Amino acid sequence: MTEPLVFELGQPGRLSGAQVPREDVEISLPDAMLRKSAPLLPEISELDAVRHYTRLSQRNFSIDTQFYPLGSCTMKYNPRACNSLAMLPGFLHRHPLADEASSQGFLECLFELQEMLASLTGMTAFSLTPMAGAQGELAGVAMIRAYHLDRGDAGRTEILVPDAAHGTNPATATMCGCTVRELPTQPDGDLEIHALRKLVGPQTAGIMLTNPSTLGVFERRIKDVAEIVHGAGGLLYYDGANLNAILGKVFPGDMGFDVIHINLHKTFSTPHGGGGPGSGVVGVGKRLEPFLPTPIVDRRGDHFHWVDGGADRPKSIGRLSAFMGNAGVLLRAYVYIRLLGREGMERVADYSTLNANYLMKELEKMGFDLAFPDRRASHEFIVTLKKQAKENNVTAMDFAKALLDYGFHSPTTYFPLLVPECLLIEPTETESKETLDRFIGAMAEILAEARVNPGRVKEAPIRMPVRRLDDVRAARHLDVRYQPGDASIDL
Amino acid sequence: MPFIPHTQDDTDSMLRAIGVNDIDELFDEIPDSLRCTELHGIPEALSEGGVSRLMRQRAKQDEVELNFLGAGAYEHHIPAAVWELTTRGEFYSSYTPYQAEASQGTLQVIYEYQTMMASLTGLEVSNASLYDGASALAEAILMAVRVNRGSHSRRILLPRSLHPHYRTVVRTITSSQGIETVDLPYEPNSGRTDLDALDRHADGDITALIIPQPNFFGVLEDVDALSDWALDHGALGIAVVNPMALGLLRPPGNWGREGVPIACGEGQPLGVPLSSGGAYFGFLTCREGLVRQLPGRLVGRTLDADGRTGFTLTLQAREQHIRRSRATSNICTNQGLMVTAATIFMSLLGPEGLRRIAALCHARTELLVEAVAAVDGVEIVFPVPRFHEVAIRLPVPVNGVLERMRESGVLGGVCLGPWYSDLDNTLLVCATETKTEEDIETYAGMLRAAIEASGEGL
Repeated sequence: MTEPLVFELGQPGRLSGAQVPREDVEISLPDAMLRKSAPLLPEISELDAVRHYTRLSQRNFSIDTQFYPLGSCTMKYNPRACNSLAMLPGFLHRHPLADEASSQGFLECLFELQEMLASLTGMTAFSLTPMAGAQGELAGVAMIRAYHLDRGDAGRTEILVPDAAHGTNPATATMCGCTVRELPTQPDGDLEIHALRKLVGPQTAGIMLTNPSTLGVFERRIKDVAEIVHGAGGLLYYDGANLNAILGKVFPGDMGFDVIHINLHKTFSTPHGGGGPGSGVVGVGKRLEPFLPTPIVDRRGDHFHWVDGGADRPKSIGRLSAFMGNAGVLLRAYVYIRLLGREGMERVADYSTLNANYLMKELEKMGFDLAFPDRRASHEFIVTLKKQAKENNVTAMDFAKALLDYGFHSPTTYFPLLVPECLLIEPTETESKETLDRFIGAMAEILAEARVNPGRVKEAPIRMPVRRLDDVRAARHLDVRYQPGDASIDL
Repeated sequence: MPFIPHTQDDTDSMLRAIGVNDIDELFDEIPDSLRCTELHGIPEALSEGGVSRLMRQRAKQDEVELNFLGAGAYEHHIPAAVWELTTRGEFYSSYTPYQAEASQGTLQVIYEYQTMMASLTGLEVSNASLYDGASALAEAILMAVRVNRGSHSRRILLPRSLHPHYRTVVRTITSSQGIETVDLPYEPNSGRTDLDALDRHADGDITALIIPQPNFFGVLEDVDALSDWALDHGALGIAVVNPMALGLLRPPGNWGREGVPIACGEGQPLGVPLSSGGAYFGFLTCREGLVRQLPGRLVGRTLDADGRTGFTLTLQAREQHIRRSRATSNICTNQGLMVTAATIFMSLLGPEGLRRIAALCHARTELLVEAVAAVDGVEIVFPVPRFHEVAIRLPVPVNGVLERMRESGVLGGVCLGPWYSDLDNTLLVCATETKTEEDIETYAGMLRAAIEASGEGL
């Protein structure tokens, strides 16, 4: 059942052959500079490698093989055309420092992407360089800080963050030298406006919000929030993690946000790749535009050119990547938008919201408790298993693992932190009604099992390549690399 | 509807189940005054055929015959199997492996990657990747500030021989945390970090010293002297290395008397195409004792409920989703797919393959040096041992020369003048194993012709 480590395959001295240069050239470097012992790399044939990594791939769930209702992650289908067109030779072999004259095709795509994202969000300008959501957040908070400092307002060092926020929000605020103040949420899922009024002041740099929030509901008093924060001299940061729910319905710019990041690997369907790469492009309104990270693409007539700090952008917060962020991801998002077009963009929010509300209602009918039963779902919603945990000792984690045995990836568990035993469920627009119905059926069966035979649910998964893993052991007996001579630890 | 499977019947029955009349009703919690009308800036949809045509035209415009650019992104042959396997849907479209039982493939790949990178750099622990080489260095510096408890200055020595973009990225990411970067000059004759200038900091409190190998000019630094200096002065040495070069060169863990405790760099040479600068991946490795201050994800090997070996994310208490404002970094999404490619790349090449490619890169650049040194008026700026890149000074302004070469389909080098006022008329040129002897002759011939033509034009 287990797949050996690649280091346990092969034989000393075996070369895969075709890829290795035949010539073994003389080296003119001083001997003291050279490596004395070979690095621990596999010595296998090409066929060994192909079989090993193919088998490993088969030990994964993925969108291409399973329904993946992972809340807050927008695991929608990644169209194949986006991949193959971003990997055309002219793009794939283009050196990042190639001159503008031999980069016009690439620059034109990026320029249009900047423009299209601005028009989809109601912002003025975009920079595409941040390489993930967290780096977009870093860029956004750094711009907010730079804006206040530029006005001589050095005392604004507090960032307000709702208690339901992604962990990246407070972590980012710290990285930007700010302190974090947490905002409580009301029982109905909206922010506590009174608490907000008390917390803002001359020390407020800004607020970071996701809307719809991570609780799966739209913050109805967003205009009040904007008024209060702006009134106190702070700025509003939009975490675009949930943009999928409102694409073409509401512009973050209209809600009063001054800066926004978008996870292209969520809303614009670039792949998650087993953890990355993503892209966390940032957009701003007029007053933050001078601070955008560089490089940015601009046009002069028919010629597209780089804007890279210096005299053009003296106030820019600077570079965030060695070159142009995750350029290949940007091209995939560009292709996606062109494939969907104007109407397709609006349909994203329509059908992701339809799927979420349908799934929510049907699960409620099956006997599941909703965290916010009186609210509409956005593109996601929360089921709380507090009752099952109490009555049958079956937790959200147990449900998550049991779903794996049904061939469904589990929803997000234990996030947001303030809802006990929660499953955050996001079906996305690319799933059919049949798939949702099968998922509902599996959830109902697990619920029934939890009542009559909770022990079996707690045993799950039993059909995966491994059973539940010992996380405590992993942390206590840290084993993060293979060392020759170590047999596999279960032998 | 593209990528939306709903039939009208599906939609109708779902609306009935929810108890609303139409989809729009589902948005009734959004205040009317906020609802937008039309997306003017988005063009009408194109068919897949239409988009393909458009993208092919654009990609075609950017094709070049020969590329002699390096400067942090390097052209290598990538075995066909690397991306055939990496873009399998099971790798390509999977999520971060938080549900370990459903992610053993990705987790084992990362564990193998961690093993390879730790060994390649001569250190003990590797994380599961950061965004790119430049941001990895910024994270390494933040890590050093946390680790080096003996130092209170938060002062980092940053050689001018380090990639200029890395230097600016470090400033963008670290400056708001009270970290001060101090420039270290290079020797004008060798391009190596100036050890006398370094010694002027001997009495200061220095948190970390950055040691690039090879440096931005392709020059090999005196890494032993630099790491020993750090050791002797209470500073942490941080290596910034090209992983391909480590197939050949002594790894950071073996530099000087004790090695440096942290190494990082750009992983792109290990099987990732140039692709306009990304997605690449940053790597970060360290001594075992520093693991709790290491940012980013980490995979550990453990046992399952039946006592079988399995893999899981571990030490997550360092990370933002657990520790929030007190996390080691805000990083969440990393560059997992690139790590998959790199792991397969290193598996196909093995230790001998990697060494041979590195050696061939070096040999090709030496051949290039010989060929361009024979061109009238061209000077090798730093005549010292190098890896696969070289700075050459031309007798004429570089822009005209580059333009002439480009007209013949050749990208001739990166201008150093905009970054270094003392390196006017200077090109940074790179020849990897992808360049044949014929390509190098072509390059030298075109350079000669372009210089002569520019000279006549003056």
